[in-house]
Amino acid sequence: MYFLEAKNIIKRYTGHTALNDVSIGVPQGTIFGLLGPNGAGKTTLIRILNQITGPDEGVVLFNGAPLHPHDVAEFGYLPEERGLYKKMKVGEQALYLAMLKGMPQKDAMAELKRWFIKFGIESWWNKKVEELSKGMQQKVQFIVTVVHNPSLLIFDEPFSGFDPINANLMKDEILELKRNGATIILSTHNMNSVEELCDNIALINRSQKILSGNVSDIRKSYSKQLFEIITNSGGLNDADLPEGFISENLVKEGIYDRITLSVRNDLEAPAVLRKLVLATDIFAFKEILPTMDEIFVDAVRNSNTQQ
Amino acid sequence: MKRKLSAWSKTAIIIRREYLIRVRKKSFIVMTILGPLLIAALYSIPVLIATMSEGKRDIEIFDETGLYVDSFKSGSEFVYYPVSGNADTVKQQFLRSGRYALVYIPATQFNVPVTAIIYSQSQPSMNIKSEVKRVMGRVAEGMKLKAKGYDPEVINSIKTRIVINTVKVNEDGSEKKGNSEVATGLGLVAGLIIYFMLFMFGGQVMRSVIEEKTNRIVEVIVSSVRPVQLMFGKIIGVGLVSLTQVSLWVLLTLTLVTGVGLVMGEKVQKPSIEKSALANVGGGINNPAMDAAMANVSDEDTDAGKFELVMDGLKSIDYVTMLTAFIFFFIGGYILYSSLFAAVGGVVDSEQDTQQFILPVTLPLIIAFMSVGYIINYPDGGLSIWLSMIPLTSPVVMMMRLPFGVPMWQMIVSLVLLYGFTFFTTWLGAIIYRTGILIYGKKPSWKELWRWVRYKS
Repeated sequence: MYFLEAKNIIKRYTGHTALNDVSIGVPQGTIFGLLGPNGAGKTTLIRILNQITGPDEGVVLFNGAPLHPHDVAEFGYLPEERGLYKKMKVGEQALYLAMLKGMPQKDAMAELKRWFIKFGIESWWNKKVEELSKGMQQKVQFIVTVVHNPSLLIFDEPFSGFDPINANLMKDEILELKRNGATIILSTHNMNSVEELCDNIALINRSQKILSGNVSDIRKSYSKQLFEIITNSGGLNDADLPEGFISENLVKEGIYDRITLSVRNDLEAPAVLRKLVLATDIFAFKEILPTMDEIFVDAVRNSNTQQ
Repeated sequence: MKRKLSAWSKTAIIIRREYLIRVRKKSFIVMTILGPLLIAALYSIPVLIATMSEGKRDIEIFDETGLYVDSFKSGSEFVYYPVSGNADTVKQQFLRSGRYALVYIPATQFNVPVTAIIYSQSQPSMNIKSEVKRVMGRVAEGMKLKAKGYDPEVINSIKTRIVINTVKVNEDGSEKKGNSEVATGLGLVAGLIIYFMLFMFGGQVMRSVIEEKTNRIVEVIVSSVRPVQLMFGKIIGVGLVSLTQVSLWVLLTLTLVTGVGLVMGEKVQKPSIEKSALANVGGGINNPAMDAAMANVSDEDTDAGKFELVMDGLKSIDYVTMLTAFIFFFIGGYILYSSLFAAVGGVVDSEQDTQQFILPVTLPLIIAFMSVGYIINYPDGGLSIWLSMIPLTSPVVMMMRLPFGVPMWQMIVSLVLLYGFTFFTTWLGAIIYRTGILIYGKKPSWKELWRWVRYKS
């Protein structure tokens, strides 16, 4: 059973269909990447999951039961279009937003204090938001997203607007939330972070889901049978290559050659290595899997030409 | 199981924030204090001008004819000093004396000289001119009448002042002394207060919606509460601010006016006491001939007379009805307009974009405002009755009609229509609002708005 499951979601707006029969399933305690080009329908799906808007058809199950308004207390949402009241004091504002999530004032106060201390920002409590830098505001925004200890978190482009140091801090926080048992949905264009963080993904293009599954499975399935070896300089000539092996690239690195090989037949990495060992001395060997970036571009391009 | 707050207490949290951020603002406190001061100033400046002057002024009277000098009697405003001599030396002395003005009445060969010259080191004030005119005019008239063989005393005694008291007759036959000037004034004030408050606080709701949209905080909030909760929390919160402001205004104004009234009252009531003493001697207060005669006793007396008439008028107003009607019409009108203003705020991205949508919303209010002249003159006219029934104009127009007396059935019909229509506009406003707040960057057309409404309903 999925912790959060959207089944056959259809959402129409006047003039166009934003989501056309999209289904996703998020297992408990995992990080789920929601990917897709701009305008594909990600934000609409996220809004439906957050009960900001309702689907025309289809159903969202949370913990096996259809979503209920009181479930918002279990959800934490960091929207892509985010902001805070500029003129309001940081602490007062955080308290307000925490209480709107359903926390009683005392609990909210205690939790906020804990988070402010953890981020080392206690001194900001009485500052107005407009006095803070963009990065500082993002930290406050992150705290108000997680303060009510939600079991499901939805982050829409969480790293945009952060410098690399703070982006790393966010990454660590997200991983810690996962370790503490939270289930996380991550919508981002940053494919590096998808490879680093996500267990599963769904790729949406033009209102439809075109790819989904486990990240390493997907990368394997998109394998172009590319391998990289390091061998003695001049240790491997094209003539020595086994049947179906083609040298794509060769870089001389001192006494070594770094060679990229493509393999025609559907051999698995261990079998490829076994064949190469017979041909030459191997100092290093690795399979080059396509990056999520490449898969993203490939899948979107294919689905666009098919339509 | 975590403890959670209910949907209602979440709305209450929103109301509390909307209320507190406004009440704590410096501008709210300034407005609260400044409002009654302005009203009190408007109320008391004419009275102050009438009763106070810049102290006594010394006036020299150089009357070559000798006919007028005795008629200039020193009073609270002017102290007269008769001077005599050669015209040039009198002027020289006047310049050295430092007195305010020199009134020079040159000798002529006419029986009744009618020329005076006022010398003054600064531009002489209007009231000295009119005072000289008045005194000389009276003396000159008397002399002319005497020349024609009339006794000025007789002429004075037949001068008559007509006093009109308006009396409102109710359906049950009871009578009430009314005063149409007071009714006009009160209706105007009540109607204009509603007019400005609808604009001011409706506008606040709109700006607050736009702020949340441009801040991009709205998406965070609607993931916690329903958009309709946010909208009503805002409308109720700002509405409570407006009621707080009005209550404080009423309270402060009453305090101020009572204070001013006490001070002023002492000055203007003295003559009226003398008057009633006189009336008692005459054998009864309600003797109309006596009233008329008294009205002419002295010029200062007219101030007191007016004051009493105004007080009578003020007393004749049914304040309980006025206040109750004000509260009901204001609340209805406020919810009606603020829900429309909220919808406008929801569909735009910045305040500059509001023009296109704000005009149709405010047009009825402006029409009501422009009809003020007609309504005050014809409170029971067809247009007045219609405008006080149509929900978009009734809160302003009904308040203007009210002091003139409005039949109960009209009040009830108007209120029912107002609240019925308010239900409709809040429904409409909520649909447009909750769709609009999630759309950034493009301004919808009227056609699109219509599609939202049809689609959602």
